[in-house]
Amino acid sequence: MSTIIKAENLVFSYPDEPEGHPPVLRGIDLEIETGTFVAILGHNGSGKSTLAKHINALLTPTEGKMWVDGLDTSDPENLLEVRGRVGMVFQNPDNQIVASVVEEDVAFGPENLGVPPDEIRQRVDGALRMVGMYELREHSPHLLSGGQKQRVAIAGVIAMMPKCIVLDEATAMLDPSGRKETVDTIRSLNEDYDITVVLITHHMDEAAQAQRLIVMSEGQIIDDGPPKEVFQHVDTLRAAGLDVPETVSLLYELRKSGVDVPLDALSDEACANVLTKLLTE
Amino acid sequence: MEPIIEIKHLTHIYSPNTPFEQKALDDIDLTIYRGEYLGIIGRTGSGKSTLIQHLNGLMKPTSGQVLFEGQDIWSSKALTHSIRFQVGLVFQYPEYQLFEETVYKDISFGPRNMKLEEEEIDRRVRQAAAFAGLSDEILSRSPFELSGGQKRRVAIAGVIAMEPKVLILDEPTAGLDPAGSASILANIDAYRQANNATVIIVSHSMEDVARITDRLVVVSHGTLPFVGAPREVFSHGEELNELGLSVPAVNRVFARIRAAGIDLDPAVYTVDQAKAALLKALARKGGR
Repeated sequence: MSTIIKAENLVFSYPDEPEGHPPVLRGIDLEIETGTFVAILGHNGSGKSTLAKHINALLTPTEGKMWVDGLDTSDPENLLEVRGRVGMVFQNPDNQIVASVVEEDVAFGPENLGVPPDEIRQRVDGALRMVGMYELREHSPHLLSGGQKQRVAIAGVIAMMPKCIVLDEATAMLDPSGRKETVDTIRSLNEDYDITVVLITHHMDEAAQAQRLIVMSEGQIIDDGPPKEVFQHVDTLRAAGLDVPETVSLLYELRKSGVDVPLDALSDEACANVLTKLLTE
Repeated sequence: MEPIIEIKHLTHIYSPNTPFEQKALDDIDLTIYRGEYLGIIGRTGSGKSTLIQHLNGLMKPTSGQVLFEGQDIWSSKALTHSIRFQVGLVFQYPEYQLFEETVYKDISFGPRNMKLEEEEIDRRVRQAAAFAGLSDEILSRSPFELSGGQKRRVAIAGVIAMEPKVLILDEPTAGLDPAGSASILANIDAYRQANNATVIIVSHSMEDVARITDRLVVVSHGTLPFVGAPREVFSHGEELNELGLSVPAVNRVFARIRAAGIDLDPAVYTVDQAKAALLKALARKGGR
């Protein structure tokens, strides 16, 4: 496996910050393998969005280094290459849609990259099929639901053929069904097309679906591992202003009352199985 | 319990007599009580936003009535005007609506429009800030230098400063981390208890509404298929799923355990209740 994202002692401070204010990122060391689905959790102000913006060189390190697919993001020569390899999707779907027809919106990125028209047609159709929006390609974006708009935004990123997609709280403004649509879409991009996904979220149930979960607090990484392991650290997470899925919370409470149950049953099904076993054996 | 808002046969039709005609609310009846904590849940487009905008006279019924303390809010211009101060509405992402130079001025905008004395305005601004969890030193700062969570508190304080008898909040915790959400919800409840105010909260988080509200209203296709205590509403897990709404996670886990043939309370919807029910079931099993 190759590394797509690598941060080494990454420190970042905003230039206009008052003297003595601690940096937003305080020495991040991180490696992400190509093709993984990584979720980043952290309280408001933990630095997770700042880190995300380093992945496609919207921000560059004050100290330390960030490499994307082997390219140093601090080198201005690499800027366009880095942005071509990492696409970003942001929180508010209404702020990311630029055209008045769905397929034109998706074509905006590749058009700016100077892709020939025939290929743009192919990429746009392909991207819309990947996110399940091909049927609505001639619709007007403002008539779509929030989840559909985010899928169009994702298609716009896909059409630029990135190796990695970073979603910065892209589900925060959606209702539960819109969130599910969006998360299902990015999971299929990851599983079927091997695109590396970095999902920044406040929703524990979304984070639970990732292969790897990184927890940030005060500009540092405080936990890192498979969700099953990380979510067992209930006290650490709560101390960082976060929580665990209700399934784990229930098992944790039972353990505190002296019932011997494992904490790694994240899904509804796994949790129900643990409890059914407990009640029947 | 004393009713504060009564909704009678409320129907709202958008763009009537055009090809785009759409019935957003269809003959709704609902009574809301003084001091209660009411949750409204429903999918995007279900009609819940249309419903809450009728409660303070931002929208006028196509037919039917909304009564506030027994009077139709559209019966006189003066009454419609005064309702806007008595029923406070906090929209989604209210932090985008801040506009003043300082936090103090922003929060005082509402009470100033109520033409109150300067002294009373000052009292209300400080008290509202305290209810919203803002410290005094923040009042002189520009709202635009604050973090997202603090901005949202400023926006909520701006509505609380009008001391509404009914406080309606549309997704007050969207985009906030769990600790921030819990703290804002606690602040809102403190206001409710101190003033015997009614709080109506619109939320997509079933876990939140399950934990904090006294009563839930489910909105779907412009009607209210379920109204009742969370316990009652969440016992209709399957129907809620069919309406495209999720139920709290523990509710889903319990449904699976019951499907395996184990007798457990179908109306469990919080972690604490689930824990108690499981410990009881275990004790019963041990005693056998």
